[in-house]
Formats: sequence, C-alpha cells, structure tokens
Amino acid sequence: MMPDARTAILARLRAAPRGAAPELPPWTPPVYAPEDRLTRFRTMMEAWRGEVHEVDSATWPDRLRSILHNKGVRTVLHAPATEHGRRLAGAWAGQAEAPRLLAYDRPVEAMKDDLVHEADAAVTGTLGGIAETGSLILWPTPEEPRLMSLLPPVHVALLARSAIRDTLAATAAEEGWAGRMPTNLLLVSGPSKTADIEQTLAFGVHGPKELVVLVLSDL
Amino acid sequence: MAADGDFAARAHAALGNAEVRANFRRAMDGLMAKRAAQFTDPQAWAQTRARGAAIKRRVLARLPELLERLEARCEANGIRVHWAETTGDANRIVLGILQEAGARTVVKGKSMVSEEMHLNAFLDRHGITAVESDLGEYIIQLAGEMPSHIVMPCIHKNKGDIARLFAEHIEGQGYTEDVAELTAAARRVLRSKFAAADAGISGVNFAVAETGTLVLIENEGNGRLSTTLPPLHIAVTGIEKLVETLDDIPPLLALLPRSATGQAVTTYVNMISGPRRDGEKDGPRAVHLVLLDNGRSRVYADAELRDTLRCIRCGACMNHCPVYARVGGHTYDAVYPGPIGKILTPQLAGLDAAGDLPHASSLCNACVEVCPVQIPIADILVRLRREAVRPSDTPAVKGAGAKRAPLEALAWAAWRWMYATPALYRLGSRLMARFGNRIPERLPPLNRWTGVRTRPRFAGRTLHDLARDKGYDDA
Amino acid sequence: MPANPTPPAERPHTVYYFGTCLVDLFYPEAGLAGMELLRREGLRVVFPQDQSCCGQPARNTGLFEEARAVARTQFRAFPEPWPIIVPSGSCAGMMRVHYPQLFADEPDRAEAEAFAARVYELTWFLVHALDVRLRDTGEPVRVTWHPSCHSMREMGVTDEPKRLLRSLANVELVENPRERECCGFGGTFSVRQPEVSGAMVADKIAAVSATGAAEMLTGDCGCLMNIDGAMSKAGTPMGRRHIAEFLMERCHGR
Repeated sequence: MMPDARTAILARLRAAPRGAAPELPPWTPPVYAPEDRLTRFRTMMEAWRGEVHEVDSATWPDRLRSILHNKGVRTVLHAPATEHGRRLAGAWAGQAEAPRLLAYDRPVEAMKDDLVHEADAAVTGTLGGIAETGSLILWPTPEEPRLMSLLPPVHVALLARSAIRDTLAATAAEEGWAGRMPTNLLLVSGPSKTADIEQTLAFGVHGPKELVVLVLSDL
Repeated sequence: MAADGDFAARAHAALGNAEVRANFRRAMDGLMAKRAAQFTDPQAWAQTRARGAAIKRRVLARLPELLERLEARCEANGIRVHWAETTGDANRIVLGILQEAGARTVVKGKSMVSEEMHLNAFLDRHGITAVESDLGEYIIQLAGEMPSHIVMPCIHKNKGDIARLFAEHIEGQGYTEDVAELTAAARRVLRSKFAAADAGISGVNFAVAETGTLVLIENEGNGRLSTTLPPLHIAVTGIEKLVETLDDIPPLLALLPRSATGQAVTTYVNMISGPRRDGEKDGPRAVHLVLLDNGRSRVYADAELRDTLRCIRCGACMNHCPVYARVGGHTYDAVYPGPIGKILTPQLAGLDAAGDLPHASSLCNACVEVCPVQIPIADILVRLRREAVRPSDTPAVKGAGAKRAPLEALAWAAWRWMYATPALYRLGSRLMARFGNRIPERLPPLNRWTGVRTRPRFAGRTLHDLARDKGYDDA
Repeated sequence: MPANPTPPAERPHTVYYFGTCLVDLFYPEAGLAGMELLRREGLRVVFPQDQSCCGQPARNTGLFEEARAVARTQFRAFPEPWPIIVPSGSCAGMMRVHYPQLFADEPDRAEAEAFAARVYELTWFLVHALDVRLRDTGEPVRVTWHPSCHSMREMGVTDEPKRLLRSLANVELVENPRERECCGFGGTFSVRQPEVSGAMVADKIAAVSATGAAEMLTGDCGCLMNIDGAMSKAGTPMGRRHIAEFLMERCHGR
C-alpha cells in the first residue's frame, strides 16, 4: 500500500541532510518616547490616508455624529453589547439628526444583506495602536464581530491614547499573544486600497473607503 | 553553445512589444524607488534581513518537526490540516472539501500556490466556479491570462487594456480609464460574488507553528472577505511557508511589504487561528489548510538548493531584475517568473522542461542584493547550470543532465587544457591576438554577438608581451 | 554579499598584477596603464608570465572542475604573499568571493582561501591601500562612470573610482542615474540570450549618452567590450575607456 502523503512527505524531509539551526541574530525594533507615540501614529496613519481625530472621552459620540454627518452617513453598524456601543446608543438616542443605528446582534447569516448593502459606517473599539507603522490592533469578539471593520464603506475605530504602543513586536511579546490568540486578530493601517492598475492608488476596492480613528483622551 | 531556445523565442516576442515593455519599465522603476525609500539605513536593513534569513534557515533546519507542530496546533484550534504530494492531489483535496460542503461558487484571495495547482480550471471542470477577487487577479482572469508578477499580477497591463476588458465583460460598464471608476466597478461586481460565495480560498504568507495561526497580508481587503464572509475557508500553501514562533512574524513583516511594494506595512495583516467559535457571529464555520509538497521536499534534500525554500514571495528580485524588466513575466512561461522563478521552476518542473531558465541571467546579482532573506540566487543559478550538464550524485535535481552537450564539453576541455597550461596559453593567446580578427563573423558565437555590436578587436599583441617589453618582472 | 576587504596592514613594496584574459587579448593598453599607475606610486609590480584566466567562464557555466584546474594554475603563478591587483571587479570577484566556495571541499582549500584574501580591485587598492593623490594635467572634460555589477556587488567597490575621478581638478563627473543596472554582458549570457542582452546594452547606451558626458569610463573590460561594441555599431560619438588609461593620460600625459 502507498504510504499516505503526510507520511511520505515527512519521511523525505527526515531523510534529507540535517542543517544546523543558526542562532537568531539580534534585531531591535524602534522605541519611541511615550510623548512621541501619538505623533508617530498620526503621521503614519495619515500617510495611509486614515483620518485621525483627537477627541474627548466624555463627548466623543457627539463629535462622531458631526463627523459622520459631514460624510452623509445615514446608517451606522454598532456593537450593542460593548461599552462603547452602549455609549453610542445612549448618546444618540432621541437625537433627530443622528444616524440610524444598526445593531450587529445576530449571526452574519441572519443579516448578511444589511451588512453587505445597508450599513454606511461601523464603529468598533480597538485593542490598541502601533506607533511605528500607524496600525490599529483589532481583536474581534462575540460582541464585536470581524466583519464590522470590513464591510461598511466607513470604519470608525476608537483608540485610547494610552493604548498606543511602539511596535508590533513589543506589544505581542508584552501582552503574551502567543498563548491566547483569538480566532481572528487584525492589524489595520488605513482604508482598503489597491495599486493594481498602473500603480495608481485607489481606495475602497473591497473594504472601507475611509478609516476614521478617534483617539480618546485618557480619563 | 546553443542560443537558449524557448526563453529566447518568447523574449523575442516580448521585446518587440513596445507597449508592454514601457508598462514594465515604468512599474519597475517605481517599485525600485519605493523600496529604496524604505531601507535608507543600511545598518538597520542589514540587521533585519540577517534576522529574516536566520528565521527561515532555522525553520528549514527543523522543517519536519515544525510541520508536525503546526499541524497539531492547527488541529487543536479547529483547523483541519491536509497534506498533498502533488498539485493533482491538492486539487482533489480542495474539490472533496467543497463537494462535501455542497459548494458551487468560490471566491479566491491571492494565492500563488493555487496558480501552481491551476485550481480554477480544475474546479471549473468539476462544475464549481472560482472567482478571483484580488483586483489584479480579477483582471487577468477576465483576460484569460496568467499573472506576470507574483505580487502585482496584471502589471503588464495599462489603463486602456483594463478599460476595454471591463467594458467588454462587466454589464453596464462603459469604457473609462478613470482608475477610481474602474476600481468601483470591480467592487460592485465582486461584492455580490462575496455575498453569494459558498466558500473562500486563500493562500498563506506565514503559518505559525507555535500558535497554529495563518498570517495573510494584503491591501485590498479581499483576502479578509474571502476568509471571513463565506461559511467555509480553505487555505492552500507550500510546506515551506511556516515560521516557528509568533515572535518571528514582526521582523518578517518588517521585510516583506517594504521589499515588495515599498510599504512599511500592508493595510491588513490578517491572523487566522481557527474557525468561528461558539457565540461568535461571523467567520467561517470550517477552516482547512492544505499543505502542498509538489517537489519542495526534493529541493529540500540538497543542502545548497534548500536555500530556495527561504523565499517569502516578495517579488523584489523580479522588480530589480534587468532581464525581467525587459521581457516581462510571461516570457518565463511559469507561475513564478523572474530570478526566484529561474531557480524554483527548474527544480519543481525539472531541468528537462525548464533548463534554459538558469541561463537567462547575466548573473548581475541585483536580486541577491535586495533579497530580504538572503537567498544566494546567483549561486543557485550556477549550480542549476551545472546540474543540467553534469549532474551531481544523489539527490540530483529533477531532469538533471538534460542539457548535456558533447561538443560543448569538448570545447570546454580544450579551453581547460589551454588555460591551465601556461606555455600553451601564451602561445595560443599570442596567435589569437595576432590572427583573431580574421575569424569569420558568421561563425558562432560571434554571429550572436554582432547583431547589436561590432566584433571585439584583438589587440595585435598581448599584455603578457607588452609587460615583458616594458620590463615588468615575471617573479 | 560583497567581500569587505581590509587593506594590507602595511603599505606593500611589491604587488602582483593579474591582467585578466580579456585585457590580455583585447585591451592590453588598459592593463598596462593599471600597472603604470601602481609603479608610479613607488611599487614594484610583478606580472607573472604564467597567469592566464581566473576561471570565471567555466565556473559560471557550472563546470567547476575546469574552473578549478585553471584557478590552480593561478595559485602556482602567484606564489609569494604579495597583494594581487586586478583591473577588473568581475575577475577580482571570482577570485576573492568564489574561489573559497569552489574549493570548499578540496584538499587545497587553504591555498585557495589564502589566495582569495590577497585579491584587490585596482581602484579600491589605489584609494584604500595607497591613498593616491592625483594631479590633473588635462583639459576640462566631462565624464561618466559605469560600474560593473560584480565590482559593486561582489567586491564592494562603489565610490572608490568616482572618488579618484572627483579628485581631478579639470574633470567633471556626471553620474548616470541608471548606473547600477547591468549592461547586459554577463559572459556567455550575451550570446545565449543575444536579444535580451542587446536590449540591455541599448538601454545602457541611452542612459550613458543622456548624461551628456564626452567619455564613459569603466573598471571592467567585459562591460567595456559590450558597451564599446554596441556604441560602435550604433555610431555613438562618445569616448569609452578603462579608467586606468584615463587616469594615466590625465596625470602622466600618456
């Protein structure tokens, strides 16, 4: 009987001469002074054409309402079981000019059309930011699912100023990611883009066309 | 020596196409400039690439153990792992998974391994429609072509080509060269494909053995959509695409997009460590990983050739290759073009099938200079040239010896005799210097030189003789 | 990875000169000029009559045995521990970088490594080992530089020849923005892929001409043979020479 593919492949690899595994040479990712992190983050995120707004933790829903109003956003997907989702719903309740809130509270199969076609924007939290590359760290949860940051044309991300870290390397190591990876972990650096046509940048080819980062002042 | 056949014939056609040549030249110039702007500090570059190379060398040193570890971690995370010896096996595995799920339509993220498998055509023959969703891949799928670059598949096309394709194939789409409008048209079409797809298929940039994580990087978001929206996700990858630990990811991410497109980071870094868990509202309900060998274990068997498997598919080698820039990706007639293709294709397909590729290089080393994992591409090219005419003992490359040429061997034996015998060399070179200009120009290889050049003029007297006349000591 | 040579600990009194087979047959005046430059720096220059070729043509074809046989002939021709100066980055790269690889599993590996460690590219040696000071005696002229791929990427010769040119009072160096791109020679590549090679050299000529320089200088006679031949065929009215000849003429009037 033919050995199965797994057995055969591994046997061939094991039969090959063993090379010595080299030591890893030192590699030092950059370090920023705490007061420089936001500046670096903003510079990089803006280079990716993300919008960065520094907002007050107490009043961000109002500020967001006016930002989204200027963009003509009418329907906003939110995560009702998260703290920021509740804040948003509470602050916008009863405001006539506030966008309509669409709750992501059922499995995707039950609301695919709304997600794909209806929502103009989505508001999510973030686990933090990365100063070096201007990236957001998204750690989707049952309360705040993966597709929120992907399907609507505008993605609004809330980022606590104190959660901006230096680098991916430092964050992953310090927070022990390797021992607790979620089903999906994302780094997002700007809106969806492509340069496939003559290296000309175009935004929103598949994911959001706009990424709005609200940097929340610390309480 | 023979002018090298198939490649030369295809290069002839490519060089005659001024439009495609201009497209490549413009694109490569842009990519080289953008990459250079990312690595302005030579010390930081040296440190990061040394780390990247060491990470991949460590992986290769313990490949079987790490593959088993990856498999165990993935399975523990709920990712089903499959092993495929050949592209045919891999196709059948993917088809089996799709059929069991009753899938009829598939959206694909970018995957060079699926190109290696010719997966779309295979699925089509079995009644399953696969739609490429990366914009560049979508464009060449519409055109019925192969990718001409591993990172930017439609880099050979300009706006006008794409405008015509869209006007012809997309309902309600008029002719426009506006890139934003073209992009919006593709979004419109592909959105509905994503929403309706029964499954998503993707490649993998890095598979992390420690955590059972599949890392995918991209700018468009189609990779995320393909791996998130449909109820089933199948990832296909080569057995060499893994890293040991999650800590290995940051340095490799610091190298890959900067080398590829001159970006410090891609828009999305997508790390998948399992299907949708209880309570989660989205994500695929099942995730499968297909590990493809297709000749890689044979490459692995040779300590020198093994370095080929370090490749992280950034494409910097082709962006900097003076041959690729002129003849374009299709001239290589292979899934992997450019310098990495010149060493990978002959090893996967065999030197009998692709033995002319290692010679389609001036050994200028531009690729070696920019490779972020320090693959000695030029040395491997030379090794493959050797294997084609003088195979080493086991384990030899597939098709080794296919380019044996007795007459050429004889010429080299004569060369060796003359150049290794000083008295003979002095006599021979003196005669050449004096009478060489009488050699008829129609004889090879001179006739292949003089197409664009005048013949070299022998000097009359050799440096040996001039040096002696001028009183330079011999010892 | 380029070799990263360090100059000899002390300024040598005697050096070997390895002329290269291309120079021997086609450009002996360039070879002689390099020897003259060294001699005028007060060195005794030894040209072993038993030298022939570095073996690169065979090595690049994958014929390692033939390459080693020819390399061993050079080991015997250069027995003393003197530096070996080469007016070609490509041949120097073959000897400095590839000899140790080629002899890695051979009984005379140590000999190959010792030989390799003595090999220097001419302009690099003039700058780093001899710290030459050049006095320009020529008329004002505008030149451009063509570096060979192997001089840059194997021998680590990047700025040295340009430094020599910039030190000449009446010489204006105009840099070619595409200078790092291969000219398309590549030894047997030029006749195995004549059309691709032809396209590369045509682009090279265009880029070199666009500098507006009166003359193109290079340190490698492989590139020179290719570019010179293509310029002749195209009727390009531009001078082209090995840098050694140019320096000799500028500074020593011949």
